Amino acid sequence: MSKDLSPPPSTVPPAGWAASYEEEPSQASTPPSPYGAQGGMTSLKPFGWAKDNLFNTKLNTVLTLACLAILWFAVPPVVSWVLLDATWLGTSEECRAGAGACWSIIVVKHRLIFFGTYPYDEQWRPFLACALFVAMLGVSGVRAFWRPGLAVAWALVLVGMGVLMWGGVLGLTHVPNDKWGGLPITLMLSVFSITLAFPLSILLALGRQSSLPAIRTICVGFIELMRGVPLVSVLFMASVMFPLFLPEGVTIDKLLRALAGLTLFTAAYLAEAVRGGLQAIPKGQYEAADALGLGYWQKTWLIILPQALRIVIPPIVNQFISCFKDTSLVTIVGLYDLLTAATVATTDPEWRPFFAEVYVFAGLLFWIFCFSMSRYSQWLERMANRYNRR
Amino acid sequence: MISKLQAAALAAVVTLPLALSGTAQAGATFDGVKQKGYVQCGVNLGLYGFSAPDDKGKWTGLDVDVCRAVAAAMFGDAEKVKYTPLSAQQRLPALQSGEVDLLSRNTTRTLTRDTANGLNFAPTNYYDGQGFMVSAKLGLKSAKQLNGATVCVLPGTTTEQNVADFFRANKMNFKPVVIEKNEELHKAFFAGRCDALTSDASQLAAIRAAETSNPNDFLILPELISKEPLSPAIRQGDEEWTNLVTWAFYAMVQAEEKGITSETVDAAMTSPDPDVKRLLGVTAGNGKALGVEENWAYNIVKQVGNYGQSYERNVGAGSKLKMPRGQNALYTEGGIMYAPPLK
Repeated sequence: MSKDLSPPPSTVPPAGWAASYEEEPSQASTPPSPYGAQGGMTSLKPFGWAKDNLFNTKLNTVLTLACLAILWFAVPPVVSWVLLDATWLGTSEECRAGAGACWSIIVVKHRLIFFGTYPYDEQWRPFLACALFVAMLGVSGVRAFWRPGLAVAWALVLVGMGVLMWGGVLGLTHVPNDKWGGLPITLMLSVFSITLAFPLSILLALGRQSSLPAIRTICVGFIELMRGVPLVSVLFMASVMFPLFLPEGVTIDKLLRALAGLTLFTAAYLAEAVRGGLQAIPKGQYEAADALGLGYWQKTWLIILPQALRIVIPPIVNQFISCFKDTSLVTIVGLYDLLTAATVATTDPEWRPFFAEVYVFAGLLFWIFCFSMSRYSQWLERMANRYNRR
Repeated sequence: MISKLQAAALAAVVTLPLALSGTAQAGATFDGVKQKGYVQCGVNLGLYGFSAPDDKGKWTGLDVDVCRAVAAAMFGDAEKVKYTPLSAQQRLPALQSGEVDLLSRNTTRTLTRDTANGLNFAPTNYYDGQGFMVSAKLGLKSAKQLNGATVCVLPGTTTEQNVADFFRANKMNFKPVVIEKNEELHKAFFAGRCDALTSDASQLAAIRAAETSNPNDFLILPELISKEPLSPAIRQGDEEWTNLVTWAFYAMVQAEEKGITSETVDAAMTSPDPDVKRLLGVTAGNGKALGVEENWAYNIVKQVGNYGQSYERNVGAGSKLKMPRGQNALYTEGGIMYAPPLK
C-alpha cells in the first residue's frame, strides 16, 4: 500500500487517489475512496459509473476513447466474418463466393477432425468413449463422489473405453490403435500422462529433498535432464531413436512411447512445482511430526503433502494445462491427434483456402478444455483453502 | 539362498536374448510380412493426392496405392495394410528400425539414401520436379521464354537455388520476388506481382486447384528444372521383399501399357497376347519366381487398378489436383514410365 501513502502529483490530486484504489478493489483493508459510494457496484446510474471510472482523468478519458475506437474498428469486421457473412452449410464454391468465414468446412470435415482415421462406420465408438471419459472426468471433480466407489467406476469406464476403442469382443470389429485419431488421442494422451505424471512427480520431489545421496542424485539428474531438453526432442527420442536400440522385429507401440515421453516430461516439471510446496512448509511442521513419533511416510502422507499440495494447486494446474496443449506436438512422431487431423483436413484442395476456420475451430476446442481446467482449479483452490483463508 | 525376485531377474536375463534372437531370425522382411498377415506401410501424415485420409478417414493416394498393390500381390487382398503416418524426420529411422516394412512417402531417391542410409528403392512411382506456373494470358509455351520475368519464390530453399541455376544456365535474367510465407507468396502471384511462381510441379498443381476460381487461367510450363524422383523404399538385406515391391509396381505400369484396367482385367484373362498371359498368371512362372500366388498381378489390377487408373484417380484428371501426366506418362506416350518385361 506504499503508493497510497505517497500523495500523487498535485496536478490531479483527488482523481489520482481514486484511480489508485480502483486497481485494488478487493482489498478489504483499503480505506473507502472518496468516490467509493458512487463508484461501487450499487451505483444507480451507469452514466455516473462511467464518468467516475472511465472518464475521471484526462489519461483515462483518452484511454477509454482509444479502446472504444479500437472496438469500433475491430468488432464489426470480426462479427461479420464469424457470423453475419459466414457460410454455414454451403459447398466450397459458395464459400469462395461468400465474404465471411466458411464454417461448411467444419461441417464437411468434422468427422475427420474428431476421429481421424478411425473406420467411418464405427465412429460412434470413439464418440461414445470420449463422452464417457469426459463425463467421468466431470463426475470425478465433484466432491460428493470422492469415495472408494469412484475408483471402481473408473476401472469400469476404462475397461468400457478399451472395449469400445479396440473392439474385438461383443460383436465389435477389432480396430488396432494405429487407426485411432483425433479427439480420443488428445484426450487420452493428456489425461493419462497427467494422471501418471502426478504421483511420479511427488516421488521425484520427495526424492530431491531426500537425505540419501543416491536417491537425491538420481532425482535431480532426471529432473534437470528432462527440463533441459525440449519436449519435441523427448518425443523424438522416444519414438524415433528408441526403436533403433531394440532388436529387429521388436516394436513397442508408438502411442505408448509417446505417452511415456509425455509423462516423464510432465513429471519433471510437476516435480519442481511440488518441491516449491514442500519448501514452503515451515520447519516446525516437520519437527512437530517427528516429535509425535511419526515415521517418514506417515509424516509425509499425513502432515506435509496435504499442506504442500494445497499451496501449489495453481502451478500444478498450470502444468496440466500446458501438458494438454503439448499433446499437439505428438504430430512430430506421426500420431493423429486433434490438431494433426485438423491440419490434414485443410490439405484438401477443394477446401484449402479455408484453413483459418479449421484452426479457429481447433483453437476453440482446446480453449474449452483448458478453460474448464482453469475454472475447476479455482474452485478447488477455494475449497482446499476454506479453513485457512488469509 | 536366491530370493524369488532374484530368480525372476535371472530367468529374464537368460531367456531374453533367446526370445529376441527368435524374433530376429523371423525378421527377414518377406517372411515376417507373410507371417503377420499384413504390410506395415509408412506414409505421409497428410499430403493430398499422395497419402492422406479422405473425409471418411480412409487412406487414399498414389503412394497409398503402392502399399495396397504390394498387399494385393502378397495376400490377394489390397486391404491387408496397416498405415503408419510418418513425419519427414521420422521416415528413414522408422524404416531402418523395422517399424515399417515399406516406406511409400514421397521420398526422393538419392545416392546417399540408397547407400549410406541402408535403403533400397523400388521404381519411381512419381517423377516430380520444380516447375513454373504462369498466367495463361501471357501465352507462354516454355520456361525458356521467361527471360526478364519476375519470379515468386520461397527464400532459403533449394527452390531458390534451382531457379537461379536455371536462368544462369540458359543465359537469361530474372527478378526474384522473395516472400517468406507460402500463403502470401501465392497471393502475390495471383495478384499479379510476379509473372511466374516456382515450386514443385505437384505443389503448383495443388495451388492452382485450390486457390484459383478458374484453374484454366493458369498454366504450368512443361520444363522441370530439378529432379525429384519419388520412390517407395525398403530396407536393405531382403532381396525377396525388394523384388516383390519392385515388380508389384511394374505390374501396374505393364497393365496400363497393355490397356488392362480393373474393369477389363477379367476379360483380359482370355487374351491371346503372351505378355498379358504371363502378366496375369495364365502362363505360370512369375508368381513362383516372386514367391507369391500366380494371380498376384491379377489381384493388383483388379483391386488397385493399373498405374494410369491410380494416377488419374489420385492426382490426375479424375482428382481435384488435375495434374497432367507429363513425365509420368508411359514411355509410349512421351513420358518415362517404363516397365521391364515381366517374364
